[in-house]
Amino acid sequence: MAPILKISDLHKHFGPLEVLRGISLDVDPGQVVALVGASGSGKTTLLRCVNALEDYHKGSISLGDEQIGYQDLNGRRVRLPESRVARQRAELGMVFQSYNLFPHMTVLDNVALGLVYVQKKSRAEAERIALSWIERVGLADKVKSYPFQLSGGQQQRVAIARAVAMQPKVMLFDEVTSALDPELIGEVLAVMQNLARSGQTMLVVSHEMMFVREVAHRVVFMDGGVIVEQGPPEEVLVRPRTERLQTFLTRFRGVLR
Amino acid sequence: MSFALPQLLRGLGVTLEIGAIVVTAGSLAGFVVGLSLLYGGFAVRLAARLYVDTIRGLPVLVLIFVIYFALPAFGLRFSAFQAGITALSIFATAHIAEIVRGGIDSIPRAQMDAAKAVGLTFWQRLHLVILPQAVRRMVPSWVNVAVEIVKGSALLSLLGIIDLLLAMQNVVGVTFSPLPFYGLTAFLYFAVNFTISRIGGLMERRFAYLKY
Repeated sequence: MAPILKISDLHKHFGPLEVLRGISLDVDPGQVVALVGASGSGKTTLLRCVNALEDYHKGSISLGDEQIGYQDLNGRRVRLPESRVARQRAELGMVFQSYNLFPHMTVLDNVALGLVYVQKKSRAEAERIALSWIERVGLADKVKSYPFQLSGGQQQRVAIARAVAMQPKVMLFDEVTSALDPELIGEVLAVMQNLARSGQTMLVVSHEMMFVREVAHRVVFMDGGVIVEQGPPEEVLVRPRTERLQTFLTRFRGVLR
Repeated sequence: MSFALPQLLRGLGVTLEIGAIVVTAGSLAGFVVGLSLLYGGFAVRLAARLYVDTIRGLPVLVLIFVIYFALPAFGLRFSAFQAGITALSIFATAHIAEIVRGGIDSIPRAQMDAAKAVGLTFWQRLHLVILPQAVRRMVPSWVNVAVEIVKGSALLSLLGIIDLLLAMQNVVGVTFSPLPFYGLTAFLYFAVNFTISRIGGLMERRFAYLKY
């Protein structure tokens, strides 16, 4: 099976600081891949590169057979025009650590926005789709609420609905539970677990090791801008081969056992 | 009084006309310059920055005199009204550009990221996500500029434009009773500016549900 997302030899630096030093990673359709690692290891930057929110200096990212954000012109890598990049981003869904809902719109409008303006659906059709997703994340009674009226967990569930409603080929989750109170984490993870079960391709940056172990098909451990180790969760998380991963996992010993 | 009032009202009309034209022109041009400050290429950004900083550093009166008295030497001749409108508009544009830039800049970058992630194009992101939030933050400063313009329009009486101020001076010159007419004129300026402030207050309340 051909990978839906293909990252090859990705390099990025912020000034002299090398954040990504040759990342190659394939994600197959329907797969859930978890990126784990200490903060500063480049996970979030990698995710942002995939959605063309960051430039990078070398390598390539392809969704299906289309390169994201850039094209090769006579052997030179050139940034795609803004409108093309926007269309590519519509094929990817992203959920952020800080929810980033649009504060001036109701829950319904947040979710329907992309359906109306990017996918050019009729208002009625968009609201129907948005509503069904809002119901699926368990917030049918909050349709007319504004984000500031919701708890963090509820906001994050709306953010997931907003992304998934566009039927993206790949969903990107960037530490989506890190800003939440502990008692609200569960409701968000439950929504993600349902998504994974429904066959949604997902690339997930997370520190929730229990969740990663249960839901991910493959775990990728990053450190210092490179992939150190990867494989099925029961191997990578339970029998880490490298010392770096062993050290990282000692923090989660209580959870993983 | 039957002689004075029509004159004063005609002057008030001129002042309101100047204010309306300048605030409209300054808002439109200021919006474009403000966007240039944020999203222009290097050359555009530099030009916009030079314009804004230069104009904001000059007294309006200097600007008015340069355009009315100095430009004719270079073959650019304006009527007093055109010169006055142009000078005030150039002034308003610079100030509103900075307000637009600041307002947009104050919206968290994450909002732009989220709008990108939804797949919106640049202009959609601006008009659907960023501006509805930024405009509310621009309103108080925008009201300040509008009020400054109405007050600054009195300077155009120096070019012989019969606005509210000059109309009052004419009336006083004939009636020799300064106090009531100074008082009335001051009240009219105040009434105009108070109305602008109230409209600003209403606009702020209109967007008050925005919270972070």
